[in-house]
Order: sequence, then C-alpha cells, then structure tokens
Amino acid sequence: MAYFIPTAAEDVAPAEVAEVDLYHPHSFVTKYVFSQDAKVIAIQYSFTAIAIGLVALVLSWLMRLQLGFPDTFAFISAEAYYQFITMHGMIMVIYLLTALFLGGFGNYLIPLMVGARDMVFPYVNMLSYWIYLLAVLVLLASMFVPGGPTGAGWTLYPPQAILSGTPGSGAGIILMLVSLALFIVGFTMGGLNYVVTVLQARTRGMSLMRMPLTVWGIFVATILALLAFPALFVGAVMMSLDKILGTSFFMPAIVEFGELSDYDGGSPLLFQHLFWFFGHPEVYIVALPGFGIVSDLLATHARRNIFGYRMMVWAIVIIGGLSFIVWAHHMYVSGMNPYFGFFFATTTLIIAVPTALKVYNWILTLWKGNIHLTIPMLFAIGFIVTFVNGGITGLFLGNAVVDVPLSDTMFVVAHFHMVMGVAPILVIFGAIYHWFPKITGRMFNQTLGQIHFWVTFLGAYAIFLPLHYLGLLGVPRRYYEMSDTLFIPESAVTLNAFVSVVALTVGVAQVIFLFNMIWSAYKGKKADPNPWRATTLEWQTPENPPAHGNFGPELPVVYRWAYDYSVPGAKEDFIPQNVPQEEVPNTEGGLGLPMPAAHQPAE
Amino acid sequence: MATDSGGSVAQPDGVSGFVSDWASDQRAFKNVPWGKAMMWIFLLSDTFIFGCFLLSYMTVRMSTTETWPNASEVFALSFGGEPIPLILIAIMTFILITSSGTMVMAVNYGYRKARAKTVMWLLLTALFGATFVGMQAVEWTKLIEDGVRPWGNPWGAPQFGSTFFMITGFHGFHVSVGVLFLLIVARKVWRGDFDTEKRGFFTSRKGRYEIVETMGLYWHFVDLVWVFIFAFFYLW
Ligand code: HEM
Ligand SMILES: [Cu+2]
Repeated sequence: MAYFIPTAAEDVAPAEVAEVDLYHPHSFVTKYVFSQDAKVIAIQYSFTAIAIGLVALVLSWLMRLQLGFPDTFAFISAEAYYQFITMHGMIMVIYLLTALFLGGFGNYLIPLMVGARDMVFPYVNMLSYWIYLLAVLVLLASMFVPGGPTGAGWTLYPPQAILSGTPGSGAGIILMLVSLALFIVGFTMGGLNYVVTVLQARTRGMSLMRMPLTVWGIFVATILALLAFPALFVGAVMMSLDKILGTSFFMPAIVEFGELSDYDGGSPLLFQHLFWFFGHPEVYIVALPGFGIVSDLLATHARRNIFGYRMMVWAIVIIGGLSFIVWAHHMYVSGMNPYFGFFFATTTLIIAVPTALKVYNWILTLWKGNIHLTIPMLFAIGFIVTFVNGGITGLFLGNAVVDVPLSDTMFVVAHFHMVMGVAPILVIFGAIYHWFPKITGRMFNQTLGQIHFWVTFLGAYAIFLPLHYLGLLGVPRRYYEMSDTLFIPESAVTLNAFVSVVALTVGVAQVIFLFNMIWSAYKGKKADPNPWRATTLEWQTPENPPAHGNFGPELPVVYRWAYDYSVPGAKEDFIPQNVPQEEVPNTEGGLGLPMPAAHQPAE
Repeated sequence: MATDSGGSVAQPDGVSGFVSDWASDQRAFKNVPWGKAMMWIFLLSDTFIFGCFLLSYMTVRMSTTETWPNASEVFALSFGGEPIPLILIAIMTFILITSSGTMVMAVNYGYRKARAKTVMWLLLTALFGATFVGMQAVEWTKLIEDGVRPWGNPWGAPQFGSTFFMITGFHGFHVSVGVLFLLIVARKVWRGDFDTEKRGFFTSRKGRYEIVETMGLYWHFVDLVWVFIFAFFYLW
C-alpha cells in the first residue's frame, strides 16, 4: 500500500508518531527567559537581531556622513571608517538577516505551519538562542577592546586582516572570528531542529508538497546554511591560528613595515575560496526564506493560488543546489586561473533561469488576482521589483569581462544592496506586518504602515539607484574619501551628498515602524484570529496568539495544499488547510465540494 | 500504530518506496526516530567541516614553497633497533577500527535490551577510544620533542606542523567527546533509564535504546574520518 494523503475526512491515516508530552514551564524564568517554546525563542531571536541590526544602521549613517560630506566630521578617521564598513556589513548579513530569517521566522513559523507542537528538540533549540546571544555580545565587545573592531572589510581577507597596518588587527579580529565561530555553533543547533522538524514532525495529511512555500524557503535555506557555514568555520579557525599561534595557512612570506614577517608559504586565495564557498550560499540563505514568504504574501493578499507551486518548490531546491557551484564569481579579479572564471560565469548565469522562473510565477499569481493592497502586499510587490532590479545588475557582474572593470566600484555596492540588502529587508517588513496580528493578537496602525512603506521603498531607490551611476563613473568601493580625483566629476560629489541626506532621513523614518510595532502591541485594536483570511495552519489555532503546544488538545489534520484561494463552488474565497473536502461550505448553502478526480477512498 | 520510532507501515520496495515515503505525510524517513535523523544531518554538516580542513591541507601543501617532510620518517618509531615507519599510527588505526566493531556489538545488545552486555561493549568501545586519544598524546609529545611546532619544524614546510596539529587535534577532540558520551550512555543503560523511558537532560525527550544506535552513528563517523586523515596525512 502506498501512503495515502487525505482529501476527505475518512481518508485520515493514524498518526505515526505518538504525541510527545511537551516540557511544561512553571516559573516566569522558564516561560519567558530560558524558554523552550519555539515561539518565545523566535521572539528572542528577532529582538536581538533587530537590536544589533539597528547598530548596523547607525554605522551606515556614519559612513554616509563621511561619504557625503568629507572633511567635515573630525571623529570619523580613515581607520574608523573601515571599522564601520566591516561591522556594518558583517552585522547586516549574518547577525541580522540570517538570524532573523532562520532563528526568528524559522522558529515561529515552521512548527505552526507544518502542524507540530514545537521543534523536535526544544532544549537544543533554546541553547541555540543563548549561544547566538553570546556571539552577539562577543561581537559588541570587539568594539570596545584596544584597537577597536576589525576594519578588514566584511570579507576579512588575509593577509591584511591580521597585519598590523589594518585597524583592529589585534583583539578586534580575534573577537570577530570567535564570534563567528560561536554563531555557527549556535546556528547549527537551531538549524538541525528546523530541518528535522520539517522532515519528520509534520502533522497528519501534511505532505512535503502541501507545505506552504515559506516553510520550503526556510527549510532549503537551513540546509544551505548547515553545509555552507562549515567553510566559514574552518576559515575562522585557521585565521585565528595564523593570528594567535603564527601558523601560515593564509599568509605568504610578506614584508610588514619594512621587515620580513615570520609567515611563509600560505595561500591567501585559499581563504577567499573558503569564504565564498560560504559567502555565496549565504546570499541564498537570506534570499530563499524571502522567496518563500513573498509567495505566501502574494497568494494570500491577491486571493489567488500560487502559480506553478511545484515549479516554485523545485526552483527553490535547484537554486539551493546551484548556489554551491558559483562562489568564485566573487573572485574574478583575485588572480585565480582565468579558466575558472569561465566555469563560474557559466554556472552563475544558469542560476538566473530558475530565479527568473520564480519571478514569472509571482507575476502570474498576481495576474487577474483580486489584489488587496494591504501593507504586507505592498512590501511583497516592493520586494519583487527590487529583486528584479538587483538580479539584472547581477547578470552584468556575473560575466567575468564586465565584472573586471566594475568590480570594487560602487556599482557592486549598489547591486548587493538591492538584491540582498533592500530586497530581504522589504520581505522582513512585509512578513512582520503580515504575522503581527498572530504574534501579538493585535492589529497595527494602517496609516503609519503606509507611510513607512512609501518612505522606505522610495527612499531605498533614492539611495541605491544613484550608486549604480557612481559605480559606472568609476567611484571605488570602500574608499574613505576621494578628494580631487580627476575622473570623478563635480556632479558625483553632489550626488553623494544627496544620497547621504536621503539615507539619514530614511533611517530615521524607521522610528515610525518601531513606534507602530511597540504601540500596537499594547494598544492596537484586537485582531481577528485570521484577519487576512489565510489558509495556512498558523491562522487556524484555537488561541490567538497561539498558546504553548500551538494547537490545543487535538493536532490539526491537513486535507489540502496551502493555496486554496477563490476555489470555484466554495462559499468563502479561501479554504483552510484543515478543512476536509466534504465539509467546505459551498455556494449552494450546503457543505461539500466534489472530490477531485484522482481521489480514491482509503483501503 | 503510533510510536516514537515509527510504527510498522507496509512500504513498497526500492525506488517506488523511496518516492512514496517522500510523497507521504508526517515523515520523510519512515521508521527513523527524530534523534537519529538529527544525528545524520549533523554528521553531514560535520563532513563538510572535515572536508574543508582536508582540502585546505592539500592546498597549503601545494602552495608552500618549501619541501614537505617525509611522513614515513617523521612518524617512525624505533624500539631499540631500526626505526619502523608508521608503526604507532598503524596500531592507533587498528584500535580505532576495532572500536567500531565493539560499538556494533553494543548497538546489537542494546536493541535486545541486554543491559549488562550493552554496558560492557560500550565501556570497551570507550576504552579503545581513550587509548586512541592517549596514543595520540604520545605521538604529539614525540613530535614536539623532535621540534615540530605549529609555526615551524626542522625538516621543511611550516604548514606540516600546523595542519597536523590542527586536523588531528580536531579529530582527537571528536574522539574525546565521543568517549565522554559513550560513558554517559553506558551509565544510562546501566541505570535502566531506557527501560523506564527517563527523559534525557539535553533532549528533554524520552530515553530509548535507539540512543545507543545514534551514538554509534557518531562513533562510526569519527572512525571513517580517521581513515581519510590517515590516508591523506600519513600515506601521502
Ligand atoms: C539602511 C540602509 C543602508 C545603507 C544606507 C547602507 C550603506 C552602506 C555603505 C555606505 C557601505 C559602504 C560602501 C563602501 O564605501 O564600500 C555599505 C557597505 C555594505 N553594506 Fe550596507 N547599507 C544599508 C543596508 C544594508 C543591508 C540591509 C545590508 C544587508 C545585506 C547591507 C550590507 C552591506 C555590506 C555586505 C557591505 C560591504 C561591506 C564591506 O565592503 O566590507 N547594507 N553599506
Ligand atoms: Cu555570489
């Protein structure tokens, strides 16, 4: 007998895994501090990530001040500027985006969406958060040690990362590496939980091909992270040894301040390979959850089933797989063998195919949909536009010949901010607005949300579109100031000042968002349990917000995929996943829809 | 039937069984308990760590400009007479591989709930593991006495010492952690925790004899990794 996935109530097979009794917290501390509940862990992860993300935001203001108005701010020295760049980049990519998407959204949504009571090993899941917090604290500590944090750029390339000419090459770089290693250990504990929960702890009727795309995105991203972070871990270990013990893994014989150093025979290129073997999948670690979430936001707010669900799933999987064989497109100018460049340019361009496919499917989902321009929807559409934008400049940079003149210019900065800066941030905002009523039980303020969207979306373009142009002019990346460089026209200087003014304004405007969230969490009007009239399981919980154990005494049984919107014959324009076919209210005023042709009764 | 380790659901064989598992609800790997699935995925991730270490070793071995010390001379021991190449490491490898065999016995008796025998084989495995680590300490000491340091050595490329200490150290750390957990599992079996389904401290899940097998997965993995380290480090 093959497995039978239920459509009708009588098809339901018995549970394969007995109910596991959860850990029941009694005190305040075990409930809210050292909590094992994935939902609480999710909120802890999110708050920590957003808090450290605000630090990175402030650092970006300082950089913009310097770039827009050079020679004005005495406290921004060249060294400080490099330290700002490094900390800004590293925090944004790892401590904010990775932690928020996987630790935050992953923890909150996976158990709820697949119909589990919690993650499979809640205790390990809890440890994951505390180690992450430790990693963040070590990172913060590095800002206060003598010499300050490392200024090596977020890529931490040796030899310069550990040579004494670089700011923060003492304790700064060591703490950075320690923090990364801790982050990886902590992440692994959480990541194993997410993967096993998706694979082994779904509820009855929830097959992989019925999972919401959000879960697919987070799931594949977690697998990528579990396989990509090891390379960073190894790189971090070896660089610490180079720094502390004086080994020569990455260090060739080199002259430092006129003296031949003790290093000898190492390979700086090796670090670049290790770093980008992690670094490129990392791009997809923050993109895939975004892809998934956007798919769900579009379907829900356009009242339309996602176009080409299976294609979407396979595209996520294929993009995930391909992302491991494109890494050296970051190294076209590193001096590696040019034939490598040919190979990596080819694979890079191939990745565009499944990605473009997803974009077409999103657009076809919206096509003739009943589009509600709610705030999550605005952000979702904003994401698509921005992602396409960044994706197209990616096609330029993916070609070795085009990349050589553009690399290390502001064009690159514009590209990656579009594709992995602005785009994921837009999804995060959309997702927070979308799930806010579930998490807090209250509704946010719509007007403030509208203002927040338009300021952020238009502002992001005002900041990053000019950078493309500056890059084409040849304005280099990671430069503290340009002073009188001949090929840089006066207009570029004015443009830089403009960008800085906008960046500061948009940054400050995020206060609207923070205020809206905090105020609404306490004072907002009570939200309906399913305000968006969505189909997925997290909206069907008996309590709102969901209680410990998520689903009350009985786990839900799933009878359909996650996208039954506007089904012909049904009374409502959505059918929750846990409603069997014969119990769907129909347009005739009765119950039941016709069984699908493929349906056979269970044996 | 609903159990933690999976009921007995009739399954088609071969490819169609694989497809139907993955198309099914609830679980993609039928009859695989959570802890075991988690261990497999962890080991996959750990494989990438060791893989990166070994690839890095190969890279620096090629990038360094100095000659690489000759492994069969460096790792030779003499017992009074002629030095015997690789003798210590051969014994170590033999011991570690043997410990995989004793681990298999422990798993076997674990599933039969033969507590005393399980404990015996677990302790034997731990003993072999500890012996391995001990002999590794001897080997390190000898190399250090010969002047090998992470930053240099008397015979050539400094990367020899750095990769050696780093990779065998990382592996030895894995073995030591394994020995520790073997002892913990042995204690649990001895107390009968898996008969009373006492909750584990780390997992807060009920203890079952599967844990012995999960432990075994880790142990065999550490052995397997050693085979690669042995081949790349001592035989190349
Ligand atoms: C709040 C809006 C943001 C502004 C105004 C901003 C601004 C900047 C600036 C001025 C630089 C330095 C460019 C240079 O001189 O090379 C930079 C670098 C960078 N930013 Fe942002 N950024 C923002 C958001 C983000 C986000 C959300 C991410 C997440 C991926 C991000 C990731 C990076 C990275 C990876 C670098 C490169 C650091 C390096 O070169 O080592 N940024 N950003
Ligand atoms: Cu890339």
